[in-house]
Amino acid sequence: MSDFVKPTIDYFQISPMLIVFGVACLGVLAEAFLPRSLRHLAQLLLTLGGIVVALVVTVLVAGRADKVAETGTGRGWLTLNGAVSVDGPALFLWGLLLVLGLAGALLFAERELEGGLSAFSGQAASVPGSEAERIANERGWEHTEVFPLMLFALGGMMAFVAANDLLTMFVALEVLSLPLYLLCGLARRRRLISQEAALKYFLLGAFSSGFFIYGVALVYGFAGSMQLGAINEAVRNDAGNHGLLLTGLGMMSVGLFFKVGAAPFHAWTPDVYQGAPTPVTAFMAAATKAAAFGAILRVFYVAFGSERWSWQPMLWVIAVLTMLVGAVLAVTQTDIKRMLAYSSVAHTGFLLTGVLGLQSAGQLATGQVTSLQAVLFYLVTYGFATLGAFAVVGLVRDASGEATTLASWAGLAKKSPLVAGAFALFLLGMAGIPLTSGFVGKWAVFASALAAGAWPVVVAAILASIIAAFFYIRVIVLMFFSDPLPDGPAVAIPSILTAITIALGVAVTVVLGVIPGPLLDLAARAGEFIR
Amino acid sequence: MSFPWLTALVLVPLVGAAVIAFLPKTPAAALPKRVALAFSGATLVVAAAMASQYRVGGGWQFEEVHQWINSFGVHYALGVDGLGLVMVLLTALLVPLVVVASWHDADERNTASFFAWVLGLEAASMAVFLATDVFLFYVVFEATLIPAYFLIGGWGGSQRSRAAVKFLLYQLAGGLIMLLSVIGLYVVSANAGHPTYLLSDLAAMDIDPTTQRWLFVGFFIAFAIKAPMFPVHTWLADTTAQATSGTNVLLVCVLDKIGTFGMLRFCLGLLPDASQWATPFVVVLALISIVYGALVAIGQSDVMRLIGLTSLSHFGFIVLGIFVFSTQGGTGAVLYMVNHGISTAAMFLVAGYLVKRTGTAQIGAYTGVEKVTPVLAGIFLVAGLAACGLPGLSPFVSEFLVLVSAFQHAWWVGAVAVTAIVLAAIYVLWLYQRTMTGPTSESVSGLKDLNRRELIAVVPLIAALLVFGFYPKPLLDTINPYVKDTLTQIGVSDPVPAVSFVTHAGADEEGGSQ
Repeated sequence: MSDFVKPTIDYFQISPMLIVFGVACLGVLAEAFLPRSLRHLAQLLLTLGGIVVALVVTVLVAGRADKVAETGTGRGWLTLNGAVSVDGPALFLWGLLLVLGLAGALLFAERELEGGLSAFSGQAASVPGSEAERIANERGWEHTEVFPLMLFALGGMMAFVAANDLLTMFVALEVLSLPLYLLCGLARRRRLISQEAALKYFLLGAFSSGFFIYGVALVYGFAGSMQLGAINEAVRNDAGNHGLLLTGLGMMSVGLFFKVGAAPFHAWTPDVYQGAPTPVTAFMAAATKAAAFGAILRVFYVAFGSERWSWQPMLWVIAVLTMLVGAVLAVTQTDIKRMLAYSSVAHTGFLLTGVLGLQSAGQLATGQVTSLQAVLFYLVTYGFATLGAFAVVGLVRDASGEATTLASWAGLAKKSPLVAGAFALFLLGMAGIPLTSGFVGKWAVFASALAAGAWPVVVAAILASIIAAFFYIRVIVLMFFSDPLPDGPAVAIPSILTAITIALGVAVTVVLGVIPGPLLDLAARAGEFIR
Repeated sequence: MSFPWLTALVLVPLVGAAVIAFLPKTPAAALPKRVALAFSGATLVVAAAMASQYRVGGGWQFEEVHQWINSFGVHYALGVDGLGLVMVLLTALLVPLVVVASWHDADERNTASFFAWVLGLEAASMAVFLATDVFLFYVVFEATLIPAYFLIGGWGGSQRSRAAVKFLLYQLAGGLIMLLSVIGLYVVSANAGHPTYLLSDLAAMDIDPTTQRWLFVGFFIAFAIKAPMFPVHTWLADTTAQATSGTNVLLVCVLDKIGTFGMLRFCLGLLPDASQWATPFVVVLALISIVYGALVAIGQSDVMRLIGLTSLSHFGFIVLGIFVFSTQGGTGAVLYMVNHGISTAAMFLVAGYLVKRTGTAQIGAYTGVEKVTPVLAGIFLVAGLAACGLPGLSPFVSEFLVLVSAFQHAWWVGAVAVTAIVLAAIYVLWLYQRTMTGPTSESVSGLKDLNRRELIAVVPLIAALLVFGFYPKPLLDTINPYVKDTLTQIGVSDPVPAVSFVTHAGADEEGGSQ
């Protein structure tokens, strides 16, 4: 055993994470010491301020990373004794996660829709339907802890995409998951469904974490190290027991596939998306997927890149299954949130199509789209369309809260052409209609998969896209060409906060559809992972 | 830098659509209609000005190339050749006529949107016919669906929403299948060392035959749905039965041409080996479309469905002409695309007038219309006779060219195709007989004949039918060089006649012995 050497840490490199975690701790303190009347505003300002500062610092770090000498084709640093890798993809995803977090926080703070109250329960501990709940509602209480919780989740996600060692990755996974389990159970309306969603998510999530950590242990047994770079070396030299490696890889994949909602580990998605408060669903659907795909890319490309002949066939099967299951089940849904949940399952499949398109640099022509670039771009397009779509779902309400049954959305365009138009745009984006961001994203992941010779997967993806187009179009037809129900829901007028989020989603969907070049170049410049 | 004529062709209608979208949406307002007419007229002027500077036989002209998405090798690239030119002119001519003919068709609801979508569709179609980058083509190809979808779903019969969805799903499915081939082209070009989507680069590339076949299948399915061809035509009749006659003109006479246009541009232009490989199969499909379309048309009881299905037969002729690989066939097919556009537009518009007057599209709901509205009936008859290929009207020329090339290709192909002439006479004349002749029904005795606006919309079409029927040379001169270039690139030369035609007696024996 060598002596412990204190690692030197350049705190600037990891400062975006530190800022987010620091502000989250400040939020907890604020929750403890500020009077109830001030908390909402204080928490909102803290959260927004923290995220914006972290975003600015991320840009500065990225600027510095550009200047450092390149190691291989990647740019950036290994820090914290090799536990964290601040490289191009990590910085790209940090930026994306922070912007999604910013938009999510705006949705969390929305109070116009519930008559001056947030979408979160007044007192989560009170039994649904009880006297205590009534009192909490009457006094206008609300849980402002949601803001620090969200920041902890966000910080966990940032650590997840930058983790360069399996233990750090596991810790980050738990840090991002636990606050989300809690947030899912905090809905103000339909609390039983919300609590059921939280419990389901927690139990299944805990189970999948178990798989992940078991897999980590087996991989450690194979490679003798937790660090992705060292595992890569071991895989390359084919040292140790191959069966151990494959079992470990498979079990880790189960944990990761659960997080992204890939079939057959997707069963939680519709229940959780439906039960969770809509702002949480919006944030979770967009940001968790980005973070989990960041980790999937890192694990598969960095640690097991040389073993890709083992995992690519597995990904083929999972990707095809996920796309078809998501698309087919989405067709049968009658609830808009569940439909969006299954659509997100289908999108997971499309993203996996991009992931399995890994090729070594020598096989690519100069300027050809790489699978990493394609997946990063897709995550941006998907994230903003999803966030915007769920933000719109939160606006369509009747007396009992959000009206999420599909039938009640009939004729929405006649009541509010603007909101229906925005929602239609998000759906078109998800369907991948040209001149929306979704098309470019789809094109990129399909192209990288096809270039890697995975044409059966791409054919399945096309098939799934055709099925998916059907249910997206069906909703658009329902909104624009059906007559409204006599006692149907109305479109609530949101505050500027939700409006900004929806506008942001619309802008990203349109701009990336027409001029995707700059962002694609940025994703290409992010370069490779550093191991 | 010279004036960007082609961008102007796309931008003028697009700006018009945007302007109209901001006009007040009162039903039956006159302002949106006038603005639409002005912008579509301006597009026609731009198209005419461009055409006047076009050098016949000069290959690609007025080209504009700008980088768009660098990492995909995508360019904003426009250009026009003989094929593109006639399609652009056809589109530019039909849209103002549609605007005039549809003046009151959208009066019940949201008039401004109707005309905005019409111009939007014109802009997208122009871009389709001008694109010289495969990715750009794909984008605008799909973009045409959005205005078309809203035009079908927004105005017309009671089942229009259903028809619009059916139309959209068919087209989207085709588009997505084509996406596979479009991405395939990217991979092929990337493997060759330089990812690009420019037609000129791709045409110069040597794609191996197996890959070509797969790419061909993707493109062909999409274009067959678009055209449409048997067996993926079922959206056509449902759509034409529900949409307004103006929408039908845009749909069948402009939009469906994209299918055959694409076969020429992409299947033949980029994948020549695969196109020849697929010829037997495609020819059989085309023959089925020709005969089946005509037979089904005969059996229709709805006049709009009938006209829609005649197009199935006509598109069969166009595809047949394309895939027999000879100058007559190719020229005949392109000419057919123009002529079919003109004659079918006339039929749709006049039938639309009739349906609007009587309130029903059912054949047999009334008889003897020709006695109360002789002008309407006369124009209907002329348009109908054009559709069934009467000599002296322009479709005859193209149909004849295609039939000649079909016989050259194989006797049985010609023999099957030629039956359509008889069948076409049946569906047109029988339709005319059942609606126009006979004792005048009570319900139609008070019908008014065509007014000036309605006449203005169809007279140019009838004039074009007559002019090009007797003097098709300007069109043929434009089309011929394009067809020759394409066939040279494929490496096909016209079959040598079995009995050669020799002008001077000295070579008689040599020629006869071939």
